[in-house]
Amino acid sequence: MTSYLIRAASVLGGERTDLYLADGVIAALGPDAAAAAPRGDGGSAVEVVEIDASTLIALPGLVDLHTHLREPGREDAETVASGTRAAAVGGFTCVHAMANTDPVADTAGVVEQVWRLGQDAGWAQVRPVGAVTVGLRGEQLAELGAMADSAAAVRVFSDDGMCVHDPVLMRRALEYVKAFDGVVAQHAQEPRLTAGALMHEGVVSAALGLTGWPAVAEEAIIARDVLLAEHVGSRVHICHLSTAGSVDIIRWAKARGIDVTAEVTPHHLVLTDEAVRGYDPQFKVNPPLRTAADVAAVRAGLADGTIDIVATDHAPHPDEDKDCEFAAAAMGMTGLETALSVVVEAMVNNPDHDFGWADVARTMSAAPAAIGRVSEQGRPLEVGEPANLVLVDPEATWTVDPPALRTASSNTPFAQRELPARVVATFWRGAATVLDGAPREALRERAGAGA
Amino acid sequence: MTSGATSTTVLSENDISRALTRIAHEILERNKGGTDLVLLGIPTRGAPLARRLGERILDAEGRPEAPLAELVGTLDITMHRDDLRRNPTRALEPTRIPPVGLDEKVVVLVDDVLYSGRTIRAALDAISDLGRPRAVQLAVLVDRGHRELPIRADYIGKNLPTSRSERVSVRLTELDGSDSVVLSS
Amino acid sequence: MRHLLSAGDLSRAEAVEILDTTSTMAATQSREIKKLPALRGLTVVNLFFEDSTRTRISFEAAAKRLSADVINFSAKGSSVSKGESLKDTALTLAAMGADAVVIRHQASGAPHRLATSGWIRTPVVNAGDGMHQHPTQALLDAFTMRRHLVGGGEGGDGVGEDLTGAKVVIVGDVLHSRVARSNVDLLHTLGAHVTLVAPPTLLPVGVDTWPCAVSYDLDASIADVRPDAIMMLRVQRERMSSAGGGFFPSPMEYSRRYGLDGTRLAALPEHCVVMHPGPMNRGLEISAKAADSPRSTIVEQVANGVAVRMAVLYLLLAGGTPTEGSR
Ligand SMILES: [Zn+2]
Repeated sequence: MTSYLIRAASVLGGERTDLYLADGVIAALGPDAAAAAPRGDGGSAVEVVEIDASTLIALPGLVDLHTHLREPGREDAETVASGTRAAAVGGFTCVHAMANTDPVADTAGVVEQVWRLGQDAGWAQVRPVGAVTVGLRGEQLAELGAMADSAAAVRVFSDDGMCVHDPVLMRRALEYVKAFDGVVAQHAQEPRLTAGALMHEGVVSAALGLTGWPAVAEEAIIARDVLLAEHVGSRVHICHLSTAGSVDIIRWAKARGIDVTAEVTPHHLVLTDEAVRGYDPQFKVNPPLRTAADVAAVRAGLADGTIDIVATDHAPHPDEDKDCEFAAAAMGMTGLETALSVVVEAMVNNPDHDFGWADVARTMSAAPAAIGRVSEQGRPLEVGEPANLVLVDPEATWTVDPPALRTASSNTPFAQRELPARVVATFWRGAATVLDGAPREALRERAGAGA
Repeated sequence: MTSGATSTTVLSENDISRALTRIAHEILERNKGGTDLVLLGIPTRGAPLARRLGERILDAEGRPEAPLAELVGTLDITMHRDDLRRNPTRALEPTRIPPVGLDEKVVVLVDDVLYSGRTIRAALDAISDLGRPRAVQLAVLVDRGHRELPIRADYIGKNLPTSRSERVSVRLTELDGSDSVVLSS
Repeated sequence: MRHLLSAGDLSRAEAVEILDTTSTMAATQSREIKKLPALRGLTVVNLFFEDSTRTRISFEAAAKRLSADVINFSAKGSSVSKGESLKDTALTLAAMGADAVVIRHQASGAPHRLATSGWIRTPVVNAGDGMHQHPTQALLDAFTMRRHLVGGGEGGDGVGEDLTGAKVVIVGDVLHSRVARSNVDLLHTLGAHVTLVAPPTLLPVGVDTWPCAVSYDLDASIADVRPDAIMMLRVQRERMSSAGGGFFPSPMEYSRRYGLDGTRLAALPEHCVVMHPGPMNRGLEISAKAADSPRSTIVEQVANGVAVRMAVLYLLLAGGTPTEGSR
């Protein structure tokens, strides 16, 4: 088994220290680390790889609460293996696989299948998300308890892609998951107000003649759901919050003591509906890109803690679903490999906000792990903790080249954009999934050989 | 004009005036008077030349007060050119036909320079869309040679042997402020 | 001008050039021989993903009168469900040697995609896309207005002029109307003052940023604006039903509040022309009396449509920067 001696990494952007990773945990820190590592004199069976991290920052491995891995059903867009490999390259050690697959992840069988595919792939921990309702149809609760009790140990339930719009059904779901400490993650979209909607409703949609997706369709559902959660004493999580009004409602709810958490996507932190003016379907996403005022509001909400986490909503689509007219195109963008860089651009390097690397660790690792009840992720980088961490070069810049990304699809909205910060290495359970910025394919072979 | 280029005035204002007067008389002579005549100027510079010829013809016939528009019109041939795709076109000019029409008339096409002959071929096509004249004749201020089609002028202000690299510039008071024909190389 | 995708893309000079060229084209259409050889040997494809016999015939007549070969390609209903067909169709057209594509599509932005995605390299003319734009309609409307309101010049068409100071009231379903969007853009460029009149449900969110005034009251607008031209937009009866969006309570109520009836017709200034892009719902947005009145330009608009489309095809296919042609 290989162990790693990481030299002079800046932990959360703070003091530089050495870390020694062995047996899946952080075995030693600081001056003890080098001493703990066996000498490379051939006398030991343990191979020690030393990494110079004197220009790098160490963060706990990133945790994504909102990933579409597409398998089973749309393996032409992504597989569990390709998606988790992309996740590792993006610095993630854990992803939550959304339930809108085909078949839908609404039974213990499907969630266990996805969980096993993740185990076999070996790139990151895969935590399946269970559907709230059978077939995402919004009519009848799925067997949430069976999914919770399965090997996949599901704790996050979501009909993402669809809104649980029936208030009674939403109430029942919120109540029911309390039995196993689950959480309902709501895709907040009032369906009647968004029939046929293609982009944010406002000045740009009026000019382009594209049917609008009004902010109120998101805000009305969030307002209802925080009140429902308060009424039944449940926690609720809001997916990909995108409007200034939504931030205000969450801020109000938290002040009132309601147990609500909220996420924002990287793309909603930097892109606006102006990007749609060229009718390029790469900018078609749900919820849609909003206005500059909304972008400012979600950034402020993330900075002040109103919004708890950044989640990618990584939504790969094959070329044919984007290489067409806007109305016909699929909604969604890839995000696993650009998320960290986009957050650095929008927040860390942004003098308007007091948002440091510790905040990155909080919003992209500790908080999402806590919401998903993933005990071994999002831990502080301390002795004895699981060796899930990522090394980031904060000074590097790179240009997004869609074919070069590891995801199986190329629908990134950031093509040809120069972004700051680069993931140099990712360690999951003590093993390097990424070194020198490249995924370690050997891992897969080993996993395959061991299967 | 680029430096080092040479240019020569080949027709002065007086030369142009004399040439037009001569052509006006030749037209009347050949056609035994001005009845049945229609002069069609080809824009841009054929149009004022046709008007000047028309005025001279009316003068020579002793009816200077007669409306010029009954004798003179313009014929835009842009849409009939066969090199439309190769040469970016200029904006369309109006085509204005005298109210009497072209049927059974003697149409005299008027242009400033006769060169390849393609403009005149286009003009003949354009005329055939507008009516059936008894005869079509051609008057030009300058014939510079290098024909690419079997076309010749009936009335010529000046024969000007040129090489293809030379450039003939016709300036007319109505459009350019003064009259001259300049040969430059 | 490489494509004609949106009336908003035209500068004042470009718009006036198209209107002036339209005037020349219109003059040729009163001749015995209407056909011009300008586009001989070129192929214009009419690519219609949405039924519109009127618009297709207008473009077809325009292309044929310029001696172009015309291929009509009807792909109705094959698009939004299977989006890839737009790309495949474009590749097919490119392989067939199309020199220009006229596209009508129910999806806003489809002509833009066709022109900018690299699928095909020919000029693209937008013949109406979704709720976005219908630039040739706006051009023919502007041509009609210029002829009636400005006049003068060669052929009485106001050649060389724009519509500075003209007051235009556009009434009806602005929300779903590409005609309204194109007209607001073009009329603003040409210097006219536009007032949109509609029930609030049929105005888009964001209309307050458009270069025009907005009113909910037709009678007040007629009285206050004293329009030089009034344009009635088609209102689809199904917009009333809840399945259609429930935008207004009943056709009766719509026509009482927003229809051009005899009383409102009489209240218009003497010289004001009555316009409609067609097809009309007589008795809903416009009464028969208004549609058939001497001040109605509705039939003339159809004729001008052919001349405008001739001008657009000519300028796109034969056009370029003015230079000295070889003699
Ligand atoms: Zn969602």
